[in-house]
Amino acid sequence: MKILVCISNVPDTTSKINFTADQKAFDTTGVQFVINPNDEFGLTRAMWFKEKQGATVHVATVGTAAVEPTIRKSLAIGADEGIRIDAEPVDGLFVARQLSEIVQKGGYDLIIAGRESIDYNGGMVPGMMAAMLDMNFINTCISLEVEENKAIGVREIDGGKETLETSLPLIIGGQKGLVEESDLRIPNMRGIMMARQKKLTVVPPVDAAEGTLDVRFEKPEPKGAVKLVDPENIDELIQLLHKEAKVI
Amino acid sequence: MPVLVYTESDKGGFKKNAFEVASYASELAKSMGTEVIALSVNAENPDQLGAFGISRVLNVTEDRLDAFNAKAIASVMRQAVAETNATVVVTSSSTDTKYAAAILAGMLKGGYVNNVVSLPESTEPLVVKRTAFSNKGFAFTELKGEPAIIGVSNNAFGAREHAVTANVESFSPNVSDSDFGVKSTAVDKASDKVTIADAEIVVSGGRGLKGPENWNLIEDLADVLGAATACSKPVSDLGWRPHSEHVGQTGKPVASNLYIAIGISGAIQHLAGVNASKTKVVINTDPEAPFFKAADYGVVGDAFEVVPELIEKLKEFKAQNG
Ligand SMILES: Cc1cc2nc3c(=O)[nH]c(=O)nc-3n(C[C@H](O)[C@H](O)[C@H](O)COP(=O)(O)OP(=O)(O)OC[C@H]3O[C@@H](n4cnc5c(N)ncnc54)[C@H](O)[C@@H]3O)c2cc1C
Ligand SMILES: Nc1ncnc2c1ncn2[C@@H]1O[C@H](COP(=O)(O)O)[C@@H](O)[C@H]1O
Repeated sequence: MKILVCISNVPDTTSKINFTADQKAFDTTGVQFVINPNDEFGLTRAMWFKEKQGATVHVATVGTAAVEPTIRKSLAIGADEGIRIDAEPVDGLFVARQLSEIVQKGGYDLIIAGRESIDYNGGMVPGMMAAMLDMNFINTCISLEVEENKAIGVREIDGGKETLETSLPLIIGGQKGLVEESDLRIPNMRGIMMARQKKLTVVPPVDAAEGTLDVRFEKPEPKGAVKLVDPENIDELIQLLHKEAKVI
Repeated sequence: MPVLVYTESDKGGFKKNAFEVASYASELAKSMGTEVIALSVNAENPDQLGAFGISRVLNVTEDRLDAFNAKAIASVMRQAVAETNATVVVTSSSTDTKYAAAILAGMLKGGYVNNVVSLPESTEPLVVKRTAFSNKGFAFTELKGEPAIIGVSNNAFGAREHAVTANVESFSPNVSDSDFGVKSTAVDKASDKVTIADAEIVVSGGRGLKGPENWNLIEDLADVLGAATACSKPVSDLGWRPHSEHVGQTGKPVASNLYIAIGISGAIQHLAGVNASKTKVVINTDPEAPFFKAADYGVVGDAFEVVPELIEKLKEFKAQNG
């Protein structure tokens, strides 16, 4: 089985988010970038397929040279090869088109992407790829087993979960649940050394249209101070929720 | 030119978000000076959409769509777009709809944005406001491609009544076997519970509750309020609660009208997923807990004392206020 894990390079979950003075872009000053958490669960599941079922695992990212540390980190975790599509990831449609090209050329059986990137929260790349490549697709995937050509996945639904049966080639939009939290790997020294020797191919982008453009950004209004209610006076809380907030 | 809205139903009844997106689409169409058309699949009373400004409904009745299938729904939506020449498609932010809408967006190669919180700030060009960076910011996004697909955030717009008569036409898209490459074999869902996505009120518990045996506090409070229950990430990692209840940046997003956090410290990753809720109440023993900075109302106190008291007082309040 040949697996492609699509890795989005995102600000660390603890990052404070700021925008440039003209509000036109995300200000990356001082921001630490990491593998998108949803993709990290997927990559870890891919490692399981590699170790238990002999799969080959490639990772791909659409991004400028600035994303290479994140690709190297994925290689240090255990992916066999990295691919960087050398372009600014303008929007979901553009990214999906680039990754679809890689999938077509590379002949992958399983494409693991994430439910969403935690930065722009597009939540669309794997679904768009599924349409472009006409492949089976499971979104919000929290469990995946593959046996020969058959796959059984579980997806999260509102209020529960659903088990799905399908076949390869398959794309998933993965998230927490694909592996246990405790199975996530921190690259060790050996992994980091080996990653330096692994192949990282840089390919030019193909022509692709964009569907959207972020024209400006804004931070939420700063929150007013919290109103504290005395624990001895819970009636006051109920009145506030009823009369002031009007939520009960 | 028209605006097409996909209205989701479950077992024949419209979901709450169907009325929200119908309201959004009809107001959008009005501001664009164009017609709004709804697409409904296996809804028993499609004319109900008339209450929310929908005068025309394409109604699909197809047994094979009784169980949700994302690709088949995407394909039905695509055919409805072709039938109506819609240039804007409005969808909800439910898990099912987001799943189908992304496929539709790939089929149409137009523009797609979700988590949209208000009507477009301009329609030419079409620019919408949406949450980004896990609620730490807003993006104003221009939809350049046509058709444009707008995913409206839950509870952001609300259902707005504006009664017209809905003309229901039957619509028979082509549903083919190739749409069913992914088959549902089992659904595990508590049918008597409000879901986090649909709930107006969410009651959430963290590690401060000490163990799963204390979750009756959360459940009882949720019961009185007709709320959904949720939890912080460690609570689901520890197996105290199912993963589907985990909310936050890496869990389910919450955009309820009221979010009550009990024994949750308010870590940045937790807040990122719940900040879209309109009113937030925190109950925590530690006055320094970061959540107090993000909350509207707070009680510094022990959950084991405050919550039972709150449940009792709420019961009295409900008895008096119906
Ligand atoms: C990549 C990444 C992603 C993450 N994603 C998420 C996410 O999506 N969602 C999420 O929730 N977390 C997430 N986290 C974890 C997050 O950083 C915190 O660890 C977590 O939110 C803490 O959960 P908690 O508030 O329940 O527990 P704690 O931080 O242990 O807080 C418990 C709170 O309970 C209070 N308390 C104790 N006893 C009582 C009592 N008797 N009555 C009232 N209060 C009491 C304490 O004062 C404390 O504030 C993520 C972390 C990482 C690294
Ligand atoms: N620039 C990118 N390079 C590679 N994969 C990406 C990129 N952007 C998004 N993805 C993949 O698509 C998933 C969903 O992203 P998005 O649609 O942007 O929220 C991510 O979890 C990744 O797996």
